[in-house]
Amino acid sequence: MTYAIQAEGLEKRFGGTRALAGVDLVARTGSVLGLLGPNGAGKTTTVRVLATLIRPDAGRALVGGYDVVADAHRVRGLIGLTGQYAGVDEMLTGTENLMMIGRLLGLSRRDARRRAVELLERFGLTDARDRAAKTYSGGMRRRLDLAASLVGRPQILFLDEPTTGLDPRSRGALWDLVRGLADDGVTVLLTTQYLEEADQLADDIVVIDHGRVIARGTPDELKAQVGGQVLEVRPVAESDCAAVARIVGELTGAAPETRDGLVSAPLSDPAVMPAVVRRLDDAGVPVGELSLRRPSLDEVFFALTGHHVDSAPAAEPEAAPAAAGG
Amino acid sequence: MTTATPAAPLAPGRRVSPGTAARNVATLAWRNLVQIKHNPMELIDLSVQPIMFVLLFAYVFGPAIGGTVQDYLPVVIPGIIAQNALFATMTTGFGLNVDITKGVFDRLRSLPIARSAPLTGRMLADTVKQVWSMAVLLTVGFAIGFRIETSPLHLLAALLVLLAFTTLFAWAAVFIGLTAGEPEKVQIFGFTLIFPASFLSSAFVPISPQAPQALQFIMRNNPMTHLVEAVRGLTVGEQGGGPVLEHAVIALGWGVLIAAIFVPLSLRAFRRRI
Repeated sequence: MTYAIQAEGLEKRFGGTRALAGVDLVARTGSVLGLLGPNGAGKTTTVRVLATLIRPDAGRALVGGYDVVADAHRVRGLIGLTGQYAGVDEMLTGTENLMMIGRLLGLSRRDARRRAVELLERFGLTDARDRAAKTYSGGMRRRLDLAASLVGRPQILFLDEPTTGLDPRSRGALWDLVRGLADDGVTVLLTTQYLEEADQLADDIVVIDHGRVIARGTPDELKAQVGGQVLEVRPVAESDCAAVARIVGELTGAAPETRDGLVSAPLSDPAVMPAVVRRLDDAGVPVGELSLRRPSLDEVFFALTGHHVDSAPAAEPEAAPAAAGG
Repeated sequence: MTTATPAAPLAPGRRVSPGTAARNVATLAWRNLVQIKHNPMELIDLSVQPIMFVLLFAYVFGPAIGGTVQDYLPVVIPGIIAQNALFATMTTGFGLNVDITKGVFDRLRSLPIARSAPLTGRMLADTVKQVWSMAVLLTVGFAIGFRIETSPLHLLAALLVLLAFTTLFAWAAVFIGLTAGEPEKVQIFGFTLIFPASFLSSAFVPISPQAPQALQFIMRNNPMTHLVEAVRGLTVGEQGGGPVLEHAVIALGWGVLIAAIFVPLSLRAFRRRI
């Protein structure tokens, strides 16, 4: 197995803030690695180290086989970067933005234009190509930003919170684009605070919090790591919830939670399921819905960190690129 | 550790060759100039403002200060040109800050291009803009009666002194651009510094013997005064302001001092961001 990204013991400090406290991670060539964590966890800092924008205080990282510090220039030739804040020149048109990148990458004027036209087409920006990017919507800007990071046909792509601030439709469109890139064999490292996004896109997930990796694995492994499954029963009549809760509680040995007519309880032994069905049948409770599901990533995150992703304390330097180094 | 990938389509070497670096600078200078097309306000900033300054100063202040408009023109045109050069440095700092806050700077730094190209390209573009403003100033001046009393060679020398001065002073603006939290702060900071700096000089009025001693001292030693006297001497001849060469050397000496202070500070601020 080959790795497009390998990082060992990355540490980075900004003033008194320890942004990275020893991050290890690998991304298999051609896979999508999701870097999941709340604001201030160190996701952006990790990406900035791997994309050669900042030097780590300790540890080392290879991207495409090259050291990000010693061989930074070569790494830059292999990567594409789409930051949290769209890095497009708002005063230039879509075409000019992409042509500028093409020219900087050594393409001839004609090839740069051809590549720009091609990418604008692919990202649905052809109609807007001759308008200054400042007139673009948020979703269009993100797409242009992503297009800009693809001009050089990178083998490794860093996407730092690519869908933050986008509406659900634009988010879905961007997901499709990322899947398309992965199908083309591009290795993608994607940071996100959306569990659903990591679940949807990533082959492997690394969960970080306070500059440390706290869990890693495939989405399924992570869910399994938290242990067990969740049993959900929805009686036809909401008034039966109490009876259902009593039966479920007895058989699973856990305290069931009832919300909106749905009774759920953690379950460690799947063999209990048939017993639940029999007991409900004996009691004459008509059941509308009965399922066994794995815990959601949010539940996983809660189990790992003790706090929900949404309620995580917003903190520290990665909030804005203008702050102490992002 | 396993190495993953075959050679990239644009596989670069370990560093950038001088030829590539020059092309990078040219591309980024182009980028900063082509922006004007989509931002007509900047063209107004570069053209209308100099025209306005010349007309206002010449016709409103001129008769009161120089007796007649014609007598005042040799004083005020070089003065405005010098002030304009100083303002041009702020453009560099402002643009740099916009790039940093908008994320463009990160994008550029993630590309396999010469490290110095983003800054050098911007400075080159700003130089072109400044030459344009100077041409506008001289044309308007010429239209209302200003004449070069020296030679084209002297004019060229004046231009070079101005550009050298701006390039050196721009480092102060670069430092501000690197450290300010937002572009507006660069502007406010710039105006607050440049207005007193240009008015506490002989740019618009001769230094009056009636001014307080301390003020006269500041005005006489202000690098702007030396720059203005050098430009004046090279365009309309020495007007009792002292030898041109001396003024030019002192003005550029100040520039070197500013650069000596702000180049290391800027590099440090730059590394801090890293």
